[in-house]
Amino acid sequence: MSTAAAHDAHDHGPASGLSRWIFTTNHKDIGTLYLLFSLLMFFVGGAMAMVIRAELFQPGLQFVNPMFFNTMTTMHALIMIFGAVMPAFVGLANWLIPIMLGAPDMALPRMNNWSFWILPFAFTMLLSTLFMDGGGPAGGWTLYPPLVLQTGDAFPFVIFSIHMMGLSSIMGAINVVVTILNMRAPGMTLMKMPLFVWTWLITAYLLIAVMPVLAGAVTMLLTDKFFGTSFFSAAGGGDPVMFQHIFWFFGHPEVYILILPAFGIVSQIIPTFARKPLFGYSSMVYATASIAFLSFLVWAHHMFTVGMPLAGELFFMYATMLIAVPTGVKVFNWVSTMWKGSMTFETPMLFALGFVFMFTIGGFSGLMLAIAPVDFQYHDTYFVVAHFHYVLVTGAIYAIMAGAYYWLPKWTGNMYNETLGKWHFWLSTIFVNVLFFPQHFLGLAGMPRRIPDYSIQFTEFNVISSLGGFAFGLTQLLFAYIVISTIRGGKKATDQVWEGAEGLEWTLPSPPPYHSFTTAPVIK
Amino acid sequence: MSEAHGGYYVPHGSHWPIVGSIGLSILLAGAALFLNGSGTGSMMMLAGLAVLVFMMFGWFGTVIRESEAHMYNSQVDKSFRWGMSWFIFSEVMFFAAFFGALFYARIYSVPWIGGGDPGTNELLWKGFESAWPTNGPANLGGDYKLLDPWHIPALNTLLLLTSGVTITFAHWALKKGNRSALVLWMWATVILGATFLGFQIYEYGEAYSEHYNLTLESGIYGSTFFMLTGFHGFHVTVGTIMLIVISLRCMKGHFDAHHHFGFEGVAWYWHFVDVVWLGLFIFVYLL
Repeated sequence: MSTAAAHDAHDHGPASGLSRWIFTTNHKDIGTLYLLFSLLMFFVGGAMAMVIRAELFQPGLQFVNPMFFNTMTTMHALIMIFGAVMPAFVGLANWLIPIMLGAPDMALPRMNNWSFWILPFAFTMLLSTLFMDGGGPAGGWTLYPPLVLQTGDAFPFVIFSIHMMGLSSIMGAINVVVTILNMRAPGMTLMKMPLFVWTWLITAYLLIAVMPVLAGAVTMLLTDKFFGTSFFSAAGGGDPVMFQHIFWFFGHPEVYILILPAFGIVSQIIPTFARKPLFGYSSMVYATASIAFLSFLVWAHHMFTVGMPLAGELFFMYATMLIAVPTGVKVFNWVSTMWKGSMTFETPMLFALGFVFMFTIGGFSGLMLAIAPVDFQYHDTYFVVAHFHYVLVTGAIYAIMAGAYYWLPKWTGNMYNETLGKWHFWLSTIFVNVLFFPQHFLGLAGMPRRIPDYSIQFTEFNVISSLGGFAFGLTQLLFAYIVISTIRGGKKATDQVWEGAEGLEWTLPSPPPYHSFTTAPVIK
Repeated sequence: MSEAHGGYYVPHGSHWPIVGSIGLSILLAGAALFLNGSGTGSMMMLAGLAVLVFMMFGWFGTVIRESEAHMYNSQVDKSFRWGMSWFIFSEVMFFAAFFGALFYARIYSVPWIGGGDPGTNELLWKGFESAWPTNGPANLGGDYKLLDPWHIPALNTLLLLTSGVTITFAHWALKKGNRSALVLWMWATVILGATFLGFQIYEYGEAYSEHYNLTLESGIYGSTFFMLTGFHGFHVTVGTIMLIVISLRCMKGHFDAHHHFGFEGVAWYWHFVDVVWLGLFIFVYLL
């Protein structure tokens, strides 16, 4: 009976029309949906960033009122984090984990569909708040009370959309964990898994552990506003700072959720184009696990200026600096992988190298921010903005772009246009630095973040930054063009695609059949 | 292992998830409208809930039929087990956020405003002395009285602990193939769970009465008390519904000695609810 049922399922190709995408339980379809959704949200969030940079092009108020400006910074962050970067990683996980492990599909295929199909509804709800009485949320994506409690009609919609995103992430993460623990082909021991799978396993644990905490935190906001609780009101014995502790207990592991899969992608790409196996595979695994573990012990470094006992300041300062050790192990391993390799520089490799360089810059500015007494100066300035955009744009987004170029030929069966890809990389890299590097100087000079106007001496760097921003934004349209034209056609890709590529996904045809590994390969 | 792979059940497609998304969105949009004071909100909530219930009947029904048709091999069974375990872990973390709030208030925020941080106490809340329980320096919600932990809460502890034993007896009966004992112990568990809920509702009524005047508005004590016991009560309600479904399935002859993940998943969930209650009894009621 069971084999008959399985055969029945495997003999089906994709359904036709829209119902294929809405009802699908196929990991490749769902991966594609996630990736396209993420691309769409990347442009929605990017458009908001353009509004921010246009307003900051000159001192004084130009285009938007301060309330709307703050709505843009809040929404830009929520959309880029929960709508662009996280779904992109989940999309990559869906496409790649089963074919990297030799599994027939994700372990829980129906739930896989649900974790994707919650997202469009959640983001429709979030974006709809822009049109409500009192405007969208404007208190920053960190939702600090009491400020966020002043949000108008949008407030409960924002909270519920975050609940929905959390539900989606938790289900997605459970699916990843179960797939990795239970669906590996015979012989695929944990320590033989590709590093992308390892980083996702650890990321999934982080997600399962902290998304419910975010749900709890925003639920407390909701009851404080509507049901008279006083979690965050000192008059009732609560404390607004308590929200920050609970939020950042989620928020700090969250930043590793946004970067660990990126480490995994880069660890797949660099060995391929250096034509050497990854240097220090097991140390990479242990470093990733250490980073994840430490990420639970450093949350209050986001709160150095909020008022904490001295022992707290010191503990969180040293714990944070400790993370530089496993992160350093990873950077040195990537560099050592390239040492004496036969390197070529196709677009995925360029983005991976851009990642290593610029993520390291972001890592160093993070180390500066980790020093509590120094952070007293930097807190809530553009230095912080510059720091997290280096780790998120030139870190997470660059790794996602690298992964997209690396696996697009496998997914579509077509090679992308290498010349355009290289243009995309170089233009992005020049402009992203024009965009974010001056923000370090602005922050050190004292320009605060989340303010639509600024003192006149900050003008030049803001002009430069805005110009870089517009150019970086336009360059991404080139990426969309490359992706769409690769989906539609192009030079046929071979099965292995890249000369140095190793791993199960490269043994499948390009594009892989709708159901791959219906019988498991045996790993030596 | 390899033959298990060939038989791993991968469904073709399902319309239940999208139905679920639609139901969830209607429910939550309705709740948001309701909170904003719109009249249509409560109707939308009911409609959304109805769609969600319909989805759960359909989705779980499909899974139950597939399971009874033996379409799930041992590897699928293992996926369900891992999935349920990590789901319960995520629930533990949800409760951890509220327990965290309780401990933070008791260890830090209340002592700070009560003199531990002299500046705050002197300038903002002069004369307030740290104590637990408290409704804060503003005496939010007015004077209140505490519920006696050795009255209903202790009885409820006994009920839940007993229900943990009865569900284990039911499991043993299932493994021995003793169907009538299985059904008996399952319904005993359901009755214990429902009695717990009845007592909990009664206790809420007492708390909200004029005599006690302990409400959600009673400062940080009222907030943590009702949010923790409230979310726990919600989980007991869900757990009891799950137990009823499993009991009915046992009566229909579902499950056998080796093949009963549905039963075990619910039993794990029930034990989780039990353990959370012990935490509540100790840290919310007793200490």
